[in-house]
Amino acid sequence: MGRPDRAAPAIELKGISKSFGPVQANKDISIRVMPGTIHGIIGENGAGKSTLMSILYGFYKADAGEIFIAGRKTAIPDSQAAIAAGIGMVFQHFKLVENFTVLENVVLGAESGAFLKPSLAKARELLTQLAAEYELNVDPDALIQDLGVGMQQRVEILKALYRQADILILDEPTGVLTPAEADHLFRILEGLRAQGKTIILITHKLREIMEVTDTVSVMRRGEMTATVKTAQTSPEQLAELMVGRKVLLQVDKTAATPKDTVLSVENLKVVDSKGVTRLKGVSLNVRAGEILGIAGVAGNGQSELLEVLGGIRAGTGRITLNGEEIDLTGDASDARTRRARGIAHVPEDRHREGLILDFHAWENVAFGYHHDPVYNNGLFMDNDALRRDTEAKIAKFDIRPANCWQTAKNFSGGNQQKIVIARELERNPDLLLVGQPTRGVDIGAIEFIHQQIVALRDAGKAVLLVSVELDEIMSLSDRIAVMFDGQIMGERLPSETNERELGLMMAGITDTARDVSVEEVAANLAKTDGATP
Amino acid sequence: MDLNTLIQILDSTIRLATPLLLACLAGLFSERAGVFDIGLEAKMLVAAFFSAAVAALTGSVWLGLLAGIAASLIFALIHGIASITFRGDQLISGVALNFLASGMTVLIARDWFNQGGRTPALIDGGRFQPVELPFAEALQGVPVLGPVYNELLSGHTILTYVAFAMVPLTWYILFRTRFGLRLRAVGENPAAVDTAGVSVVRLRYSAVLIAGVLCGIAGAYLATGLAAGFVKDMTAGRGFIALAALIFAKWRPWYAMGACLLFGLLDAIGNRYQSIELLGIAVPGQFMQALPYILTVVILAGFVGKAIPPRAGGAAYVKER
Amino acid sequence: MSLPKWADVVLIPLINLFLALFVSGLVVLLIGENPINAMKIMVNGAVGSTYGWGYTLFYATNFIFTGLAVAVAFHARLFNIGGEGQAQLGALGVALVCLALPWPHWTLALPFAILGGAIFGAGWAAIPAYLQAKRGSHIVITTIMFNFIASALLVYLLVGALKAPGMAPESARFPEGTFLPSARDVFGMIGIKFARSPLNVSFIVGLIACFMVWLLLWRTRLGYEIRAYGHSEPAAIYAGISPFKIIMVTMLISGALAGLMAVNAVQGEQQRLLQDNVLGAGFVGIAVALMGRSHPVGVLIAAILFGALYQGGAELEFETSVPREMILVIQALVILFTGALDNMVRGPVEGAFLHFGRRKPKLKAAE
Repeated sequence: MGRPDRAAPAIELKGISKSFGPVQANKDISIRVMPGTIHGIIGENGAGKSTLMSILYGFYKADAGEIFIAGRKTAIPDSQAAIAAGIGMVFQHFKLVENFTVLENVVLGAESGAFLKPSLAKARELLTQLAAEYELNVDPDALIQDLGVGMQQRVEILKALYRQADILILDEPTGVLTPAEADHLFRILEGLRAQGKTIILITHKLREIMEVTDTVSVMRRGEMTATVKTAQTSPEQLAELMVGRKVLLQVDKTAATPKDTVLSVENLKVVDSKGVTRLKGVSLNVRAGEILGIAGVAGNGQSELLEVLGGIRAGTGRITLNGEEIDLTGDASDARTRRARGIAHVPEDRHREGLILDFHAWENVAFGYHHDPVYNNGLFMDNDALRRDTEAKIAKFDIRPANCWQTAKNFSGGNQQKIVIARELERNPDLLLVGQPTRGVDIGAIEFIHQQIVALRDAGKAVLLVSVELDEIMSLSDRIAVMFDGQIMGERLPSETNERELGLMMAGITDTARDVSVEEVAANLAKTDGATP
Repeated sequence: MDLNTLIQILDSTIRLATPLLLACLAGLFSERAGVFDIGLEAKMLVAAFFSAAVAALTGSVWLGLLAGIAASLIFALIHGIASITFRGDQLISGVALNFLASGMTVLIARDWFNQGGRTPALIDGGRFQPVELPFAEALQGVPVLGPVYNELLSGHTILTYVAFAMVPLTWYILFRTRFGLRLRAVGENPAAVDTAGVSVVRLRYSAVLIAGVLCGIAGAYLATGLAAGFVKDMTAGRGFIALAALIFAKWRPWYAMGACLLFGLLDAIGNRYQSIELLGIAVPGQFMQALPYILTVVILAGFVGKAIPPRAGGAAYVKER
Repeated sequence: MSLPKWADVVLIPLINLFLALFVSGLVVLLIGENPINAMKIMVNGAVGSTYGWGYTLFYATNFIFTGLAVAVAFHARLFNIGGEGQAQLGALGVALVCLALPWPHWTLALPFAILGGAIFGAGWAAIPAYLQAKRGSHIVITTIMFNFIASALLVYLLVGALKAPGMAPESARFPEGTFLPSARDVFGMIGIKFARSPLNVSFIVGLIACFMVWLLLWRTRLGYEIRAYGHSEPAAIYAGISPFKIIMVTMLISGALAGLMAVNAVQGEQQRLLQDNVLGAGFVGIAVALMGRSHPVGVLIAAILFGALYQGGAELEFETSVPREMILVIQALVILFTGALDNMVRGPVEGAFLHFGRRKPKLKAAE
């Protein structure tokens, strides 16, 4: 590798295309990344950002297109070639060996000889040097499994630097970081830029782009829609470029007429299997005939709240439904008993939980309610009744194709979600738990699903809605509670709040009356436009 | 029990532990790299047959050893193709290979030798001879130490010494070399190895083939060291005992030696006594035979220290972001 | 990307089977026999006479039970490799029942023998199941260990408590009232001549077991839950299905089915308890379940196929120089090709379907 030509782009991609079966993930993408800059690539989930970077790192082979590194045409058939070309990648899900030390992870694959001792000694020396140079302090002898995510990410960066990467790609690096950790990461990146490294930052968060990048490219549906200087753009413009047309999620609904309290949660606490406290004493209530929306950045305890209420996870505290206490830990604390009590649950992840993807539509339509006598004939399940019920739901919810024998995995995302919605809403529950109702769902279905949820409310039922889409929360909810770090930061009425205030609360700032800088507002706004899986 | 009996039992322990140890280390390499291997038995069995057969045909035990290793390697390769290249179920592949070995060996034995699935009894050059350690004879007179050196440590076949020498060697390879680091990494998180620019497939094949070589030696020892020829199903579950020892040792080389010696001792005692009295209770020989398996279940259940297998074990590596 | 159902259920297993037989043919060729001729002898030996049919279906009965045992567990994504040990214990259960009373008639003895075999088989599966469900101990390894423990236990009992007078380590002969009617007896009653063979009424029990398993898996709530759990554990928990319950119940059913094999092998044929009453049938069950795609009908067909293989293989040894162990080789190749090398066939077949199926694209849903 010669000295990089300063005039030439560090990376230039020309006409990159990549398809997975019938899905075209990247369409004729061209991009130039100048050396010594931080170049952001922004786009919604599924816009094709990660695929593009995986091609650059030799993980996938492009169907068409060329890659130039420092002006020279380079073939990158595998990760080894990428590393040799001076590219380092920090994946969203870290590629670390948990029970190895930091040193062993750094040296893995880049050993200086057949024996470990000299390799490790050399790595230790270089690591100390890098740590001093870039403020990347990590104990080289610590085991990865004992480190927090922020530290693990540093190890990933060190791995790349140890391999003498000139170009560093970071894929959604802040998804798992706290705001403070993210800020520290950005300082590190700025330090790297000062040393002449080229950095590509992949993200779907506007705040990060505005804060740290020099140039930004926007991707939408597999295409590169624009590349602009960050200083010459605005979050609003980027948002529009990302989404295409501005989708206004306005739901037709009348004012709520809430009645008695259906669900009451007092001081709910959850500690997960790793001993991390996920819920730190949550209290809330939901009344009949209203939708309570829970806003928050993903990973702040909303999932756990739904899981405890749905009977999937144990917790401590006091929960009552229609005035009667619910057993939270005993043998009767499972999803089946919750359903029997009148709690329906549309889970956040329909692929993992809501559906058995290999079952036919008609088998999924009773999933969780398969003990109900209407689906059974004494000892046996009444498959005819199940299929009749499925046909009815297919008709009512306009599920396509209208074929109850189709396997769940062969429906589109929107129709899969309709199957789940149909199943849960048609039970006519007292309380509906609904998580990310429109994630991965096409526009048409979104509207329909929203209408159905509002209709349930209008029928006098209680709805607890969890969504990371602030638009969705704002337009559907009758009352909004904001969660941050396992706690409820406060409740607001949609008519008396705005995105700015909610955004600040989602970042843990309750003192919303104080004067907040524009950047901070943008920062908090941007946090809401999606979340890490 | 006098010293002589004790030495005899321990001597027999070493002999019986030898094939277990080799197979156990074979399993260790394979499973540390993330490829489960319940076909240790199969590889030992084919190696036992081909080593005995070639030794019988050529009169050379060394050619026999090579043939045994080659046969075992072919089986290892099939396991690799099924579970690494075609990402098939590693356990099912192991089950299939066990049957294949059991049927194939007798089939060929009958075709070649026509002695009801045996090989002819091996004589002289067809067997591994005991190796006398230096001064064994001279030290015989020294009390305790003499007999221990002469009768317990000396007088085993070269393969026994190889097996025990493999323990520090395995440890060294695994924990002190680049190959070992990568091998352990690929069994824990193949994605880390892949993104570091190292081929997961090549590493796993190497591990599986090393297991082939070690099982080959183990099988050859059975037929040309411990016994004098091949008989039908002569491994008699040793591959599974080795697997048990591997779990018992929690996939660590020195502990593997300890576990194999322990299981060898149980076997030796079981062979010598119908039943033994322990604390006034007569323990039947069958219990001694079952003990390795019972102990392994206890370890697996996590009642006495949890046995955590390599994290990526049993699963084929599929690239994903 | 999914194949049409018929390709998955029929075409791929047939290609796998063909490959296994093809390689087996090569082996026969190496031994110096004509594979076509060998095949003829096997087919003729297995199904060419009532004698052949008798043995084929007798073996098939064993494999139906052990195959169903593996298949049921597969549905809950559990690999029960312990059919061998569970069948051994089932044999003990059957023997204890048969030896307990001077049974007056087989119609009385059979239900209790079924119960004995099932309970003992299930009991032997219960411990590995519990350890998997509660302690996360890998069920494959624990069931392998339990196979060995079971065989040690039987040896212990047969040289001790259950040993009959004489040299052989076996139990006393069962009382005559436990003897099951053979196919010869049954067919004789309606005037059809059927050769002497160990085939007995247990075959009917096997057919009933197939039906019951089908009923269980596709018509009951429990079966629905077992299948759901097998596809996705988090989804099962979401639906209120207890993983502990499913693992336990599935393994108990699986163990019971394996144990039932003894009704055929021990009560139906040996009429006494031996040291090894299973003779590898527990492992054959794996091959049968794999070939039968874990469906009771598939299991039945595969079991008969393997029964024919065992009987045909015995005839082969009798008439040619191909030894009985050829059976093990064929069996191994079937497991290898249908189980471990499935992707080798699946890849090209899927490719072919993608290639030729382009004109009418069915894949609408990929997002």
